[in-house]
Amino acid sequence: MIGPAARAAQVVEQFGPEARVVAFRDEVTLVVPGARALDALRLLHEAPGGPPVLTDLTAVDRHPVAPRFEVVYLLTWYAPPERLRVRAVVEGDPPTVASVTGLWAGADWLEREVYDMFGIRFTGHPRLTRILMPDDWEGHPLRKDFPLTEEPVEFLGHTPRTPSEIVPRTPPRP
Amino acid sequence: MPEARTETIILNMGPQHPSTHGVLRLVLELEGEVILGATPVIGYLHTGFEKEMEHRTYHQNIVFPARIEYLATFVEETAYVLAVEKLLGVTPPPRAQAARVILSELSRIASHLVALGSSAIDLNVTSLFLYCLQDREEILDILEMVSGQRMMHGFLRIGGMQWDLPEGFEARVRALMDRLPARIDEYDRLLTDNLIWRRRTEGIAVLSAQDALRYGCTGPMLRGSGVAYDVRKAFPYSGYDQYDFDVPVRWNGDAFDRYLVRLEEMRQSRRIITQALDRLPGGPWIVDDRKVALPPRAELTRSMEAVIHQFKLVSEGLHPPPGEVYAAVESPRGEKGYYLVSDGSNRPARVRVRSGSFNNLQALPVMIHRGTVADVVVAIASIDIVLGDVDR
Repeated sequence: MIGPAARAAQVVEQFGPEARVVAFRDEVTLVVPGARALDALRLLHEAPGGPPVLTDLTAVDRHPVAPRFEVVYLLTWYAPPERLRVRAVVEGDPPTVASVTGLWAGADWLEREVYDMFGIRFTGHPRLTRILMPDDWEGHPLRKDFPLTEEPVEFLGHTPRTPSEIVPRTPPRP
Repeated sequence: MPEARTETIILNMGPQHPSTHGVLRLVLELEGEVILGATPVIGYLHTGFEKEMEHRTYHQNIVFPARIEYLATFVEETAYVLAVEKLLGVTPPPRAQAARVILSELSRIASHLVALGSSAIDLNVTSLFLYCLQDREEILDILEMVSGQRMMHGFLRIGGMQWDLPEGFEARVRALMDRLPARIDEYDRLLTDNLIWRRRTEGIAVLSAQDALRYGCTGPMLRGSGVAYDVRKAFPYSGYDQYDFDVPVRWNGDAFDRYLVRLEEMRQSRRIITQALDRLPGGPWIVDDRKVALPPRAELTRSMEAVIHQFKLVSEGLHPPPGEVYAAVESPRGEKGYYLVSDGSNRPARVRVRSGSFNNLQALPVMIHRGTVADVVVAIASIDIVLGDVDR
């Protein structure tokens, strides 16, 4: 058994100060710059013990922090069971990161979903189109600056409402 | 001699098609009856749950999971509350954990019964569908007895449950568990010994273990292809490591093997439920932490502190520390995980729902390649997708 912390440490050893490891609640996260994400994932893919399974691929919008987007890869080794999260800080406008469809076929739809919801481009993806939203939709719904409102309808005298916010947002506690 | 010209035709299957188990559209490229290419088109049931959940407090979000995936409701609720508990660093009391296991396994049996019945009705075995739904109704009656609702329970709480298991719950579950094996054996005989069923499922919609891993398939899809990965064994939660159960695995990766895996999983769920009932611990059903759970009603009349805690929890909600966690459960459709990112405020900064159905459906074109149109129906039924879970 290698362990997720040791696997992450191997990548840090190769990458130097570009990469770092964060541990929270017994979960290990490897943080790398977006430009090196594919290299890091390929290293983990080729590490001894067989390739991991790409359990999840998603993104986080840290707006208004810059750079605001992070692409998150969740890797799972089935035997022995281990999990490692790789978080890539994506820069650029539009934010762009290399596709991992070459390593995992299952990344195809997951990357299309991230493109659809966050507008992050994946270079090398075979067919980067919208997947959940309609093809003619404008904007990327899961971005923090995309408001949560009702869809406009063509009825006279109806203005789209924002869903009720019974409990207002409170800032983080010190 | 002139060269023979072949033309392929494009056939639209769905989105309004009874065999798609929801609103799924498939664009098939056909040469005669043979499928050369298939493109699933999804998103018809997209409702933006992830966005909605970013705008509500952690407690308000408890109602969403069961609406995302509406067949195994308690499994879904467990997945969400586990993620929030992990974020807070809270462990629910033993009674709540055991109750969650019982309710989750009951949900799993109910969900597998629907999968079994609906895949049977797709191949015109109508009677089995009715038997399965009859049994499922008995399970839903028990879940209603516990939570007050057949399906959208909203019963689990961060740190435990809303209230204790009701009186008579144990006897009723035991009575059902006594009847269940004979029922499952009957379904086994009805389908496994049915020549038509076997001819229509054996060797149909084959998915190799390699493809299942490449596409990130989980659940009966993966175990039907020979990989023994079960979240309950690999990353135990709610005390699953204390129960004695087997992970059924089959090796052919066809629709028949997935059916057998689900059948055996129902028997294993029954084993877990009986063990959990035998050693159901007493004691509280929610954590005694006033920063997480509401104070008991009786305390409100006596303690000013309790009133303040109540007020703070209701008017603002929880404030988990900044960080990110991923908690996964084994749902009947594979690994269901919640990835939560907290910025320290009373609402999650990001909620990601990792659904088994989404990844499993992605492997459909591989499974039906060079098959016939009639086999598409079998393939979709054997994946056992919930389109609400695919589109979220």
